[in-house]
Amino acid sequence: MVNIIWVMLTAIGLVFAMINGTINEVNEAIFNGAKEAVTLCIGLISILVFWLGMMKIAEDAGLLNKLASLFRPIVKKLFPEVPGDHPAMGYMLSNMMANMFGLGNAATPLGIKAMEELKRLNGGKNEASRSMITFLAINTSSLTLIPTTVIAIRMNYNSASPTDIVGPTLVATFCSTLAAIMIDRYFYYRRTRKG
Amino acid sequence: MEIVSAVSLWLIPILIGFILIYGTFKKVPTYESFTEGGKEGIKIAVSIIPFLVGMLVAISVFRASGALEYFMNLIRPGLEAIGVPPDIVPLAIIRPISGTAALGMTSDLIAVHGPDSFIGRLASVLQGSTDTTFYVLTVYFGAVGIKKMGDALKVGLLADLAGIIASIVIVTLVFGSM
Repeated sequence: MVNIIWVMLTAIGLVFAMINGTINEVNEAIFNGAKEAVTLCIGLISILVFWLGMMKIAEDAGLLNKLASLFRPIVKKLFPEVPGDHPAMGYMLSNMMANMFGLGNAATPLGIKAMEELKRLNGGKNEASRSMITFLAINTSSLTLIPTTVIAIRMNYNSASPTDIVGPTLVATFCSTLAAIMIDRYFYYRRTRKG
Repeated sequence: MEIVSAVSLWLIPILIGFILIYGTFKKVPTYESFTEGGKEGIKIAVSIIPFLVGMLVAISVFRASGALEYFMNLIRPGLEAIGVPPDIVPLAIIRPISGTAALGMTSDLIAVHGPDSFIGRLASVLQGSTDTTFYVLTVYFGAVGIKKMGDALKVGLLADLAGIIASIVIVTLVFGSM
């Protein structure tokens, strides 16, 4: 899908350039766009290094595990089909904690592990179980506590207050996660009524 | 709304202080752990360069050719009537599809409109408050061989829509309208 969008953006741009006579601007845009992307990534290094360093300390101190046990009662309620002491629960909690702290690379393998366990719980069938859909819904709604990459981009472009979006992002994330859970519940009850 | 602003200011410093004290208390070799984790940051930043170059070039071409302006003018009247800035639409469309592509769009919006503009802030919040539905779906379900996705895609996309609406409402409330 992203392949099509990418080609369409460029191709439509080139067609418009021919019609509008903006081919000079487009030539310039190609090289400036590439340059800007690299500059931006270099600028991202500072915050990514700092944040992931901090997170490593939190992980080594057992802070993520501690938080996971704090959230366990709430998460248990969201997954009534998963026994509380099942490994799937542990993996899902660790995945959510990693997501909260912006450790996307750590979150993905944990999420896949959780899915494997959920599939086993579902008798190894190749269809999505109720718990799997709930887990996905929570994951796609994002759980980010601190949007470090966004802060870094804002710093790069000389924001007067790069972190002033942290609070609003938290509120928006909370709303979207809550909405995801409610939408998931709605579809579940609609399925059970039908079937 | 003042509380939301205070959270923005204090959350990061407090979290850092807490992690450092808690780590010391738990006898973690804090500095060594920090540097070890930091190496990962360099890897991530470098690994996203090709994604950002590809997407920023495509968006720049699209914008410089006049195509973006043309399509924006088409959808502007309807969207502005309901309080949605049209500039955010391309980002909202690509956010569930590709995380790095969305990151490229976000930085483009911030660069063009300024980080402290309404659009710049909205793009920032939007980027942070929703996730890449299609990516999560393909990777998680693909890895364990789930063929029948059930309502998963519908639920994920509706949650994204909720996130977009929430972002617009909250940014308008905290920072004032466009």
